[in-house]
Amino acid sequence: MVPNMFQSILKYKKYRYLKLSLLSVLASYILYLSQGSSQPANGGTLQGYILGIFATFLVLLLASLGIRKRKYSSNLGKLQGWTSAHIYLGTSLLLIASFHAAFQVGWNIHTLAYVLLLAVIFSGFYGLYTYLHYPRVLSINNTGGTQNTWLEEMGEVDDKIKAQASSCQIEMRLFVLSALKNTILSGNFYPQLRGKDLSKIREQSNKKLIPNKNQQRIIDAIATAIPQSMNQAESGALNQLLTLFSRRQRLLKIIRRNLQVRAYLKVWLMFHIPLTVALMAALIVHILVVFIYW
Amino acid sequence: MQDGRYKVVIIGSGPAGLSAAGRAAFYDNKSPDSQKTHLLLESFSSPAKTIYQYQKGKHVMDEPGFLALRSPMSFVAGKRENVLDNWQQGINKNQINIQFNSEVVKISGEYPQFVIQLKNGSSIQSENIVLSIGLQGNPRKLGLENDAESNFVRYTLEDPDEFEDKTVVVIGAGDAAIENALGLARNNKVHIVNRRNEFNRAKEGNLNAVLTAINNKSNQFYCQYNTNVKAVNLPDENNENGSIVLDTPEGDLEIACDCIIARLGAIAPRRFVESCGVKFPNDKPTSIPDLDNNYQSNVKGLYIIGALGGYPLIKQAMNQGYEVIEFINGNEVKPADHPLLEQQFKLLPYAMDAQKVLDLYQQRVPMFKRMNALAFRELIIESNIVIALDAEAYQETSITQKTALTSGFDKLTNLIRSGDYIFKQGNYSNSFYTIVEGSVELIKDGNKKFTLKAGQFFGEMSLLSGRPRQASAIASDDCILIETPRKIMAKLMNSNDEVADGINRVFIMRALQTAFNPKLPPKEMNALAGTIELVEFKAKQVIYNQKEIGNELYLIRSGTVSLSKGTEGNKLVTYQLQSGDLVGQMALMGNSTRQHTAEAAVRVEALKINKQQFLKLVQSNPSQIKVLQAQLSQKMKKSNSIGSVVEASKTIKFLLDEGLGEATNALIINENLCVNCDNCETACAETHGGISRLDRETGASFDGLHVPISCRHCEQPHCMKDCPADAIHRAESGEVFIDDSCIGCGNCETNCVYDVIKMSYTLPKKPGLFSWMFLGLGNGPGEDLDAKINPKDKELGKKAVKCDACMDQKGGPACVRACPTGAAIRISPNDFVNLVDGT
Ligand SMILES: Cc1cc2nc3c(=O)[nH]c(=O)nc-3n(C[C@H](O)[C@H](O)[C@H](O)COP(=O)(O)OP(=O)(O)OC[C@H]3O[C@@H](n4cnc5c(N)ncnc54)[C@H](O)[C@@H]3O)c2cc1C
Ligand code: HEM
Ligand code: HEM
Ligand code: SF4
Ligand code: SF4
Repeated sequence: MVPNMFQSILKYKKYRYLKLSLLSVLASYILYLSQGSSQPANGGTLQGYILGIFATFLVLLLASLGIRKRKYSSNLGKLQGWTSAHIYLGTSLLLIASFHAAFQVGWNIHTLAYVLLLAVIFSGFYGLYTYLHYPRVLSINNTGGTQNTWLEEMGEVDDKIKAQASSCQIEMRLFVLSALKNTILSGNFYPQLRGKDLSKIREQSNKKLIPNKNQQRIIDAIATAIPQSMNQAESGALNQLLTLFSRRQRLLKIIRRNLQVRAYLKVWLMFHIPLTVALMAALIVHILVVFIYW
Repeated sequence: MQDGRYKVVIIGSGPAGLSAAGRAAFYDNKSPDSQKTHLLLESFSSPAKTIYQYQKGKHVMDEPGFLALRSPMSFVAGKRENVLDNWQQGINKNQINIQFNSEVVKISGEYPQFVIQLKNGSSIQSENIVLSIGLQGNPRKLGLENDAESNFVRYTLEDPDEFEDKTVVVIGAGDAAIENALGLARNNKVHIVNRRNEFNRAKEGNLNAVLTAINNKSNQFYCQYNTNVKAVNLPDENNENGSIVLDTPEGDLEIACDCIIARLGAIAPRRFVESCGVKFPNDKPTSIPDLDNNYQSNVKGLYIIGALGGYPLIKQAMNQGYEVIEFINGNEVKPADHPLLEQQFKLLPYAMDAQKVLDLYQQRVPMFKRMNALAFRELIIESNIVIALDAEAYQETSITQKTALTSGFDKLTNLIRSGDYIFKQGNYSNSFYTIVEGSVELIKDGNKKFTLKAGQFFGEMSLLSGRPRQASAIASDDCILIETPRKIMAKLMNSNDEVADGINRVFIMRALQTAFNPKLPPKEMNALAGTIELVEFKAKQVIYNQKEIGNELYLIRSGTVSLSKGTEGNKLVTYQLQSGDLVGQMALMGNSTRQHTAEAAVRVEALKINKQQFLKLVQSNPSQIKVLQAQLSQKMKKSNSIGSVVEASKTIKFLLDEGLGEATNALIINENLCVNCDNCETACAETHGGISRLDRETGASFDGLHVPISCRHCEQPHCMKDCPADAIHRAESGEVFIDDSCIGCGNCETNCVYDVIKMSYTLPKKPGLFSWMFLGLGNGPGEDLDAKINPKDKELGKKAVKCDACMDQKGGPACVRACPTGAAIRISPNDFVNLVDGT
């Protein structure tokens, strides 16, 4: 549900920045076409210069989002407006910069700047995709709860598991406890991103750690043990354990998915921002070079 | 002492009692015989228990700044330890006759032969009694053998860090118990004993923290649920082998421990005070005994001062101690606040003593005539006196005002120009105005006018409903007004039934006027208003059920009512109504079967109007029926449109369940847009001294809407309820904020039901944005959890911090402005319908 009191970044102020971007692309195109027959279209003509300067202005404007985002008392528009403008103007750069370069590429520093620009823009596209797509995924995954409530519930479930395990035979008890102990929630950023479950469990026969992905190994073991159990107390405990581990399995899935999606929402900025820095450096070189070798 | 009888016995050695005893000792020391005619009784083992129990190192404030201290005991703002040291020295120097461990359990007899009975059985006689036992009450004991307060059995905990590597058993499930247990758990093994199977009395923050601690097995933190205490075994002379025996569901359990801390709440002192014959005006918990100008209660010779008498700050309490002894010794003293009164009246065109003006004003306003003089005096001191002058006089007088203000006056008569607005329709100011001279014009919607004369009052609507002003007010020439802050008025209404009735009566008349526009003669209107009942519903209480036959309608005075259809479990909320709205009028205007279930979403006050009364109102002005019918059909349309979308009505129900019905300005987040960047929190911290006042992730969600933990600027803020320093205010534009006079007592933190107030030190200033970006200084924008507190700030202690809706930020709330995706918005209940309308 997107109630009408909310506005997505794309629709912000009735597509104000989409309109602005289309306008600047159109103006740039006219400028590009207007390059006379005396000189072929190029970054070095008067029109080329204007386009280059305009493109650079846009890059600086886009990069300054990083600063505006952190100027929290700033009254220069809402950040949402900035983001909306950022997206549309950033996209328009794709064409405007190409008009400036008159679609010429080669193995030189100029093209490096151009390629970096493309890289920033395309990483931005991916970022926009994550911003539009993943919030809903998170919301559905969380069904009203939050990461903290899941972690708390995990704590409670683990306590109950420990309590039930104490009525099981030693083998099973150790197996259960080792499943708890060797559960790996997230690991570093990379496994988080992959959503990979690295949980293990210690096999009681040979004391080796074996994978316990999705808690499946322990669930299987408990399910197998239930019909074999002779002792009524133990059988009750095993049944309880099965329920508890099923819940645990579910909780782990939710938690891990949350971590994964949140990582998706962040990871692209780890490309977008450094690429922006590299782009700015390449641009400076490009500008110096064209002045020196003019 | 004469014939074994004291002249005055002072009970309770808080600031009030100490000051009184100090003054009484002064007279004793002056008299030629060395007899002590005064005695100070204290139930605790050292003086001023309330202050003794403040957190170690707490900065004690000497608010209100404008009041001078008049006491033989010294008191300046400073560390708790210094304050207590000074008082100890004062006790020695003045030779105060103080007796510790002497809890008074009964007072009998009468002036001048009171008999005071102590807990240990002995009794003492006295001519006069000064009761200054404060409001903290005495801790509820375990009710077992060996439960007396000792090093082993404690009922308070000053400083959890005093314990290390000990085993401590904490008993209780309230916030105090949990906070103590968590504090101790840092360095000790802790058992917490809960009589029930849940911690349902605790605040959410504490609840989460205690559950986390219980669940975290690396802690030595254990909880015994469904458990009672069976016995306490005191330790031996070497302080060893103490233990506690618990009655658990699994049988008896003995735990060897170093200390038992029982936090079972306190027994409020009211019952005891009543047993002394002192009358309270009503049953409300906040009610204050009626006192005369000299703090004397209805029991002759029994005086009540300090917090118990309704004065919640140390300096006030101390001044009263001095004054009460002066009076008992037959000296007429002008109270310490007399100069304040003079300043209040200074710019008025009278040449009269301030006390005379005071008496005159009290006579002039019917509602105030019956108040006791002391209460009226306090009312005036806490109020502003406002005079409206024509342009010329305004010019002249404001020069006088300026010079006076620069030469040391703090609070003078307020000046306004006649013809200027006192307040404007739609503003949130909620002080209450009484006209003592001249007249005031009220203007609603730009055209409806109404004139009020001297002796009348206005502003009761906002006071009672917490809503913005319903009309604008303009003062005439030379009009003089008493502007009373909401808090003082609320206190007065709580303690004085006549004032409460007077205001309620006028409220009812004006509310009926607004809702029904009747054309009844004033006399009949007044009589009708007198028959209308004021009813109160608790949150979640049903007002009426669907399908019932209804014979009355309700006019909401404060709070929010939800209308729903269907049965429990399958209930669809279709509408919500606020103060000024009518509920259930359909039953009187056509079909008498209730079409909805009406339920109070938060605490609701309403006028109950029955069929007869309703008919009388509308028949006097039949043209009004059309207006009412139009309102009703408007409401029906909306309600049916929401009811037809299950999702929408569920969302409204969710928002109401989250308490947003009493919000005026709440942050909500659309989960389908939120990218979890926490920029909103960072923005909040960056614009508010490095401390975020919102917790984005915590809080409930439903169908993509998330209500984070953040202040909602309630209509009737719970947090304001008992702030001793009166530091919480509402700005004209509606924001509820805390000012610098906060003394850090933590009452608001406890009172806010939404858990949005934090106690925090002032954080050091951070390096600027560019120093961080380019030089890597500091931790960057946002709250720095590892910030090092400056020693100076540590000394000043923690203060309450909460959202102020960025009232000082030009662009409005920083959280909303900083959200890159537009997920965060702020809404009021009026927006609910819009919010769900887009589905
Ligand atoms: C956490 C906290 C912080 C505060 N900070 C400040 C501040 O910074 N500045 C400020 O001005 N105010 C502050 N206050 C308010 C201030 O503490 C009270 O207004 C003040 O203590 C009231 O004084 P009192 O003498 O009326 O009562 P109390 O100070 O409560 O003293 C009552 C005394 O009576 C004794 N007693 C009770 N019953 C009996 C009995 N039956 N027999 C014998 N003795 C009895 C008690 O043991 C106690 O010593 C704070 C309050 C709290 C709770
Ligand atoms: C976003 C910013 C910019 C990008 C991505 C960019 C990229 C390029 C590219 C790819 C070319 C073509 C190189 C080739 O012929 O192989 C070019 C040419 C050129 N650019 Fe830029 N440019 C930018 C800004 C500027 C600016 C601000 C200036 C001037 C100050 C400028 C001046 C030139 C000149 C003079 C040429 C022609 C060079 C030549 O023909 O050798 N450019 N630019
Ligand atoms: C030259 C082109 C661009 C530059 C230099 C640029 C630069 C930046 C910078 C510096 C940030 C701030 C990151 C931070 O501080 O957190 C940012 C954020 C962002 N960019 Fe770009 N960007 C460009 C193009 C694009 C494009 C084309 C898109 C998408 C279509 C895009 C989408 C975004 C988004 C969604 C954010 C995150 C906003 C936020 O979370 O506040 N960018 N970009
Ligand atoms: S602090 Fe709490 S009680 Fe006070 S206005 Fe905010 S939400 Fe309401
Ligand atoms: S700033 Fe907006 S997107 Fe970021 S966490 Fe807050 S609500 Fe979500």
